[in-house]
Amino acid sequence: MEHTQSFRFFNRGPTPAVRLVFFALLSLLLLFVDARYQYLETVRKMVSVFVYPLQRIVTAPSVLWHQADEFFVLQRNLIRDNAGLRQQHTIDSSQLQQTQVLQAENQHLRQLLAVQQRADYPMQLAEIVYTERDIFKRKLFLDKGGQANVQAGQVVMDDGGVVGQITRVYPWLSEVTLITDKDHAVPVQVLRSGLRAVVFGSGDTRELALRYMPISSDIQQGDTLVTSGIDGTYPPGLPVARVIRIERDPAYPFARILCTPIAGVDKQRQLLILSGLPKLPERPEAVAETVKSGKGRRRKP
Amino acid sequence: MSEPLLKDQEFLLPASNTFLVLSLLIALLLNWLPWHGIGLALRPDFVALVLLYWCTHRPYRVGIGIAWMMGMFADVADASLFGQHALAYAVLAFGGIALHRRMMMFDLRQQTLQIAPVMLLAYLVYAVVHWQLHGYVAWSYFMGCGVSILLWAPLTMLLQALRRPRATSGHL
Repeated sequence: MEHTQSFRFFNRGPTPAVRLVFFALLSLLLLFVDARYQYLETVRKMVSVFVYPLQRIVTAPSVLWHQADEFFVLQRNLIRDNAGLRQQHTIDSSQLQQTQVLQAENQHLRQLLAVQQRADYPMQLAEIVYTERDIFKRKLFLDKGGQANVQAGQVVMDDGGVVGQITRVYPWLSEVTLITDKDHAVPVQVLRSGLRAVVFGSGDTRELALRYMPISSDIQQGDTLVTSGIDGTYPPGLPVARVIRIERDPAYPFARILCTPIAGVDKQRQLLILSGLPKLPERPEAVAETVKSGKGRRRKP
Repeated sequence: MSEPLLKDQEFLLPASNTFLVLSLLIALLLNWLPWHGIGLALRPDFVALVLLYWCTHRPYRVGIGIAWMMGMFADVADASLFGQHALAYAVLAFGGIALHRRMMMFDLRQQTLQIAPVMLLAYLVYAVVHWQLHGYVAWSYFMGCGVSILLWAPLTMLLQALRRPRATSGHL
């Protein structure tokens, strides 16, 4: 049994202060390298191989709880849900038929106009392993990673609209940065007027901000914002947010516009990963400098 | 616990390596539970607490090096930058080691007052690094620090109880 009070002068190694300085410098070095360069991604992946099983074990109770919760539903609720779904299905299928007609018509018109096709994007379903681990950063972890061909930069959505973008891929996990993240921007378009804008995250899961919009811009409360597809990262036409408040103060050049995300950014368990986005032609560098409007701004994948 | 005669012995309870590793592992797992919403804001940092416990009770077994390693694991799991948790935990371990002689003289309430600044410092280090890199600080993050400090006494009691040999526990 060792005694904490015993004095051993020579075999303790360096003093705590020396150790602290050493490890603090090491941490700062790692921080610097990790923040500036990409060298440590492989190390991170290697460690994540050990960490991942533990993470799954820890989330197992909550998954079990959900499953048990789903198992013990009242029959009454099931019947009610089923009836509701049937009704919704009837409505949807009638709308779908109309959509098919419209789609065919659209395709035909696009052929006539020789405009590039809008493709259907292959999707894969992924389940959330983790939500917002760090209070500073609102991030999700999905259970599909490099093994399932997920790539950084792919778009993540639920049945309502865009949830975020994949920013880091591990072998069995992928990390999603939410559209509500503080430094995330999505190029959008107002569905009603076609006005282009960029919507920024605010760090709060229920709020997005539309910045740099002139006071006179044609935006109304309740407008739906959809992705414009201009940046080539987000496919066009996915719902992103709804405008909830507009403050037009003549003292400022820009209006203060608050939106709320349409997708249940912090509600869902299953999300869709879109893949196979069309490659846009390379943007000419010289022009990019002069037309610096911020419209095509996006987070680098 | 607060009987003065027992206090010194409390600090000299045996601690097997298995128990030590297991306690740190369980703390990591507790941190990785799917905390959500307000629970996340109030979540105490179990790893920091257990590290602090070992650094004050066994400063020559668990030191800055082990704290730093735990920080690396936390960094990978949290997708924070490499070294962010590690730096905070290294500072925490140093604080714990600096305090360890003093802690023996205090009861749990006084110990709580002693570890409060150390814990706050570790949280501050993490927040400052984040602020430097991302330019903002989520203030609700510090609520977790308060909860962690309040959890010091229960956690110490629990770990001490687990370390006490089974045979003698009946007599005490």
